[in-house]
Amino acid sequence: MRVTVIDYKAGNLTSVLKALRHLGAEAVVTDGDLTLVEAAERIVLPGVGHFAATERLDATGLTPAIRAAIARGVPFLGICVGMQWLYAGSSEAPLQPGLAHFAEQCTRFSESNEKVPHVGWNSLEVRKGTRLLAGVELGEYVYFTHSYKAPVTADTVAVTHYIEPFAAAVERGNVMGVQFHPEKSGATGLKILRNFLEVR
Amino acid sequence: MITKRIIACLDVHGGRVVKGVQFVDLIDAGDPATQAARHAREGADEIVLLDITATHEGRQTLLDTVRRTARELFVPFAVGGGIRTADDAAQVFEAGADKVSVNSAALADPTLIDAIGRSFGAQAVVVAIDARRDPEAADPVRDAQVFVQGGRKPAGRRVVEWAREAEQRGAGEILLTSMNCDGTRTGFDCELTAAVSEAVNIPVIASGGAGTVEHFVDVFGRGKADAALAASIFHFGVSSARSLKEELAKAGVSVRLPC
Repeated sequence: MRVTVIDYKAGNLTSVLKALRHLGAEAVVTDGDLTLVEAAERIVLPGVGHFAATERLDATGLTPAIRAAIARGVPFLGICVGMQWLYAGSSEAPLQPGLAHFAEQCTRFSESNEKVPHVGWNSLEVRKGTRLLAGVELGEYVYFTHSYKAPVTADTVAVTHYIEPFAAAVERGNVMGVQFHPEKSGATGLKILRNFLEVR
Repeated sequence: MITKRIIACLDVHGGRVVKGVQFVDLIDAGDPATQAARHAREGADEIVLLDITATHEGRQTLLDTVRRTARELFVPFAVGGGIRTADDAAQVFEAGADKVSVNSAALADPTLIDAIGRSFGAQAVVVAIDARRDPEAADPVRDAQVFVQGGRKPAGRRVVEWAREAEQRGAGEILLTSMNCDGTRTGFDCELTAAVSEAVNIPVIASGGAGTVEHFVDVFGRGKADAALAASIFHFGVSSARSLKEELAKAGVSVRLPC
């Protein structure tokens, strides 16, 4: 299994690469070599940090290359900011457009007595009809660290509650995203990454 | 529902896990990679590795240790001890840490927090604060002082104010150790932990003083801690994170179970 991991200089890729390789995937990294996207069998877009960092995807020509790969049916997984990028944009960086594969906007958690960022292990309410979360039971825990989130829509395949319900995972066809960090979510996270590597 | 985290802490010296009171009378407590894997398997929500060698010669040993420990670890992994520059942090991340913990170097140059946060994100920066109450002070909580050099030397900063500055500079979490309680097994400093937790909007990890399950219940309740560090309670098979969390769940604390 070959996976192209996109590096857009937003945080550290080591953990994601380690988890993919642990599962037997051959992970290659690109920060702008479009041929690695054009020939990709699967694509993972990790990302921690600020939504504005996704500007680099536009600057390097990765955005249209990824769009074309998705159109060809290549399985795609966005993690954290990588998931948010699949939406139209985020109020974290209003001038920076996302891929708009999903039409909605990401927004910051509402003001409340709870702390923002949302950091720690929280549970998943998995919906029906997801390949990415196959075998993940109601209430399994995964590790989150984020201040912005996507809304719950028809494409949401797992909901998590913190301040308000938000999309913990999204999936439509070959395009998938997780707000949490599967590479840091123990056995549950590895199961989800394995599902992604086995999606056809 | 968000859960309270139980974090297993490994003190490492010269590439081995060690245990001692106040860093003296060190006893060898095993291989860091083996111990970290065991804690993760036994339900720890996160692993912290603190290098107490902190010498220049020890750096390469630490990086090797981090690399070996990270290899088979799929829960969050933080590393502290001797990280003085953004370059030091970059090497530790490269070796497989998800977070770095900075302490005295951040006090000497607070822009270190900004620098690491800019490159790796706020979620990757833990600011560790060694706190000591001044019994003579008018308000021992508000006036609690930050200490450096293993709690020997005052840094000239108030704990709550330093925590707030660390957050503003881009820290993602605060690791608060009570020097008064550390090693005593008489309970966390819940008052001070609550004061820091209320002053910032980022998670606070409580450390120092854990001896019983009740102490953890207390620090998650009255102490408003988001996570707690368990060190000595886990060593030599005394207890596991899983059994601790099972007891916490019975006491009504939300924890990750089964794990």
